[in-house]
Amino acid sequence: MASTTASAAQQAAPPARTTKRPSGPFRWVRERIIPIIGLLVLFYMFLPIFVVVVFSFNQPNGRFNYQWVKFSTDAWTNLCGVGGLCESLQLSLVIGLVATLGAVALGTLMAFGIARYRFRGRGGSNLLVFMPMATPEVVMGSSLLTWFVLLAFARGTTTILIAHVMFCLSFVVVTVKARIAGLDPRLEQAAMDLYANERTTFWRVTFPLVLPGIVGASLLAFSLSFDDFIVTNFNSGSTVTFPMFVWGAAQRGTPPQINVVGSLMFLVSLTIVLIAQVVQRRRKKA
Amino acid sequence: MSGGAVAATAAEQQDIRMHSSPDGSTESKGVGTSKWTPYILLTPGFLWLALFFIIPTVMLLMFSLYSGSLDQGYSFEFPGNWSTYSAVWEYRAQFFRSFLFAGLSTLFCLALAYPLAYFIAFKSGKWKATLLVLVIAPFFTSFLIRTLAWKTILADDGPVVTFMNWAHITDVLALLHLTETDRVLNTPLAVVLGLTYNFLPFMVLPLYASLDRMDPRLVEAAQDLYSSPWTALRKVTWPLSLPGVVAGTLLTFIPAAGDYINAELLGTTKVSMIGNVIQDQFFVVTDYPTASALSFVLMLAILVLVFFYVRRAGTEELV
Repeated sequence: MASTTASAAQQAAPPARTTKRPSGPFRWVRERIIPIIGLLVLFYMFLPIFVVVVFSFNQPNGRFNYQWVKFSTDAWTNLCGVGGLCESLQLSLVIGLVATLGAVALGTLMAFGIARYRFRGRGGSNLLVFMPMATPEVVMGSSLLTWFVLLAFARGTTTILIAHVMFCLSFVVVTVKARIAGLDPRLEQAAMDLYANERTTFWRVTFPLVLPGIVGASLLAFSLSFDDFIVTNFNSGSTVTFPMFVWGAAQRGTPPQINVVGSLMFLVSLTIVLIAQVVQRRRKKA
Repeated sequence: MSGGAVAATAAEQQDIRMHSSPDGSTESKGVGTSKWTPYILLTPGFLWLALFFIIPTVMLLMFSLYSGSLDQGYSFEFPGNWSTYSAVWEYRAQFFRSFLFAGLSTLFCLALAYPLAYFIAFKSGKWKATLLVLVIAPFFTSFLIRTLAWKTILADDGPVVTFMNWAHITDVLALLHLTETDRVLNTPLAVVLGLTYNFLPFMVLPLYASLDRMDPRLVEAAQDLYSSPWTALRKVTWPLSLPGVVAGTLLTFIPAAGDYINAELLGTTKVSMIGNVIQDQFFVVTDYPTASALSFVLMLAILVLVFFYVRRAGTEELV
């Protein structure tokens, strides 16, 4: 890669100049200052994850799981022992799946429309897609709430789904659009040259090439929906999703089971990403 | 917000890169082209956004002029109940605090993210892909659970605060009104730290995207011309990374200014932000018109700030 030649050149260049060079451990640190800071920042990012996993094995004294008492695997073996936790988790998974399906269906169509055509209102469409991403969640949530109140529409699972599809949509459009824009148009031209008609070209060439983008967008939409608290809080009525459960627990008492779910989420997503990377690497080699 | 959002940001950056490629060969004709095809493709999504994003925003403005209460019903009387907007003045401290905290955490994010992004873009070699996954990995776990973990880390008798007390860091920070003399939790610093932590990847990924497409030979050229590493950073790397800086600061500042989770979980009512007020006005006071007015002003204030910021950053970029 070019970066290695760059660093080689950077190391070669300084001797030409006559700056005072420190020696000893200070110099060692100075030469590696950027990797050191970078890794410290990564450590800062992982510190809470570490705490979440460790405290999932805690047996707290009181209602709150903020102080280490003693090791126990109770929370892991008795995940649904806390009233409402598993129900909320199940609801969040279902909402996440349905919202993802809706957002990906609407968003992929929009992405093709914006990426593949030049039409009047294209700039406006881009702006419209961008707007929800640039609006604070508290504003989005509260404006939807006022709309549902004015319509006298009862808040519950349906309103949560409507809201989730709405804010996931923009992220799907942006992700899929980037993938379409990155396609090599010569691949489609080649298919057409080989007498594939438009429909065949689309389903045999274009769509499979865009599919990784759609898969990525689905994972993104699911994680956005699954983890959303603010917009959901405004539009859930008395329905309790998993983030709502955690929020309630933060006031009433936090069972270590919450940390178990947090650790599981981390492990599952990390596994998915790692598998995706291995698959990608194999494909490149093949 | 989830860390997943970050991936989209990176995708968007890549999108910008695609569109600005000099050969511009990405434009190709769609399949089954007719004049109406793009409109047909856009209609369902457009309707959804119109019904559940645009109209609600207009409703929010309308609702802020309504009078009445949740029990007795709401009604609109010309010229509207403008008194709701007096709440904006009443809660000026919370507005100010929101923008201050969001600004501080955006600066902290920039200071932390720049070295990390620089490291990943130029110095990581074959570890690049792995490091990028590591940047998003912490955000696979629920936002709320991660924020609650900071309660443990910053606990009064925990190692972090004990060290800060021993080194008199809390005393210095207390002079700046960022902490209390012997604790961090429930102080402004805890809220700002939480915000910084939660939105950090939103800064790292756009910065990485713009640094990664920079030609490293430019820095070599600067050094060949006897610039010190510091001057090369200031005059070459930094200006070239400005698009990433602008994208990153917007992506951290906007959600941070509206956030109320960190202030609620890591702070007290003494350090509450405007998001907390809006949430309370809706669910505790149930004064919907006032809550709508506050929410609308928050959106307006952010839009104005973003507009001026982008304009200023945009002209600087041209120089």
